[in-house]
Amino acid sequence: MFSSLFTRRQWVLFSALLLFWLILMNSLATDVLITGVVVALLITFTCGNGLTFFTEFRWSREAVVAGFLYYGYFFSELVKSNIRLAQIVISPSLPINPGIVKIRTELTSQMGRLMLANSITMTPGTLTVELDGEWLYVHWVTVEHEDIESATRHLAAGFERYLKVIYG
Amino acid sequence: MATMLDLIGALLLVCGTAFLFLGGVGLVRMPDTYNRIQAGTKTTTLGTLLTLLGVAFIHPDWSFKLLLIAIFLLFTNPLSSQIMARAIHRNGGDQSPLTHIDRLAEDKGR
Amino acid sequence: MAEQLFVLLIGLAAVLTACGFLLTLLRFVKGPSSADRVVAFDVLTIISISGIIFAALMADRIIYLDVALVYALLSFLGVIVVARYLERGL
Repeated sequence: MFSSLFTRRQWVLFSALLLFWLILMNSLATDVLITGVVVALLITFTCGNGLTFFTEFRWSREAVVAGFLYYGYFFSELVKSNIRLAQIVISPSLPINPGIVKIRTELTSQMGRLMLANSITMTPGTLTVELDGEWLYVHWVTVEHEDIESATRHLAAGFERYLKVIYG
Repeated sequence: MATMLDLIGALLLVCGTAFLFLGGVGLVRMPDTYNRIQAGTKTTTLGTLLTLLGVAFIHPDWSFKLLLIAIFLLFTNPLSSQIMARAIHRNGGDQSPLTHIDRLAEDKGR
Repeated sequence: MAEQLFVLLIGLAAVLTACGFLLTLLRFVKGPSSADRVVAFDVLTIISISGIIFAALMADRIIYLDVALVYALLSFLGVIVVARYLERGL
């Protein structure tokens, strides 16, 4: 019944909004449910662009597996580089070598590029300053590679491997 | 009575807040704004995530709402620091003399 | 024994949070540029979120977590607005 009423995009947005509301309210009482459904419907029909985060996601089996692997890799990188940055901060000589390097991504989808930029920013020591098509400009606290190819291999390749499967 | 889970949670809380403290130290010690963003926002984000995890161990019934806060932080924090860095660069913010390479300035002619 | 260890660890965490907050406040007061102050403000709000979660834990009230969520939302909007303002030039 609903599939004819909604496009796929709107369906995804509606369920995401309703889920968010239910987690926020932490209950499944009738009044809470009705309020959530009404407000989510209103938002779905007025802002129909949908959530790019889910709609560009390829719902294949490989993509879901790659999604889990991606988050595992992401959190291990997050902890590792946080510890490295903490060592830099507490060492008395402050051994930094900052600079802005340029890297090139092979991802083509908007969401894939955004996720790559976010991942690079979330791992400490590197910070995306500007996104310009396939070029990313990254501020690096301890510059190790100045040329484009080896900087790309060092900073982006690990995340790209998974994001290519998830978003393309 | 404090259970084993409570103690693990409290230990995670201490780890998380240690990162918050280190973020403060980094913010004070780093020489220019870009490095301050790096040292400040990243370490404190991990610190807050660990704090949330620790509270989830102490209060397992809160974990859904804590997860919501964690997801929200994971998505908004990198975006806000990226936007700040871009604004500073476009505005011609000062860089520390240690900065030896700036490809963005080379490409944009600024 | 376990009870005392628990209280000790929570106290240590609270002290560390307070120290981080004070250090960030030092950067906020010192500046020197307005961008530095915005960054310090952003870090202050992230640390405050941890502080609010501590308050929720101490008071044993889940409703305070909503306060933390709204606080995170508002600080994100605040930073975006200031960044847009800086981009247009001061």
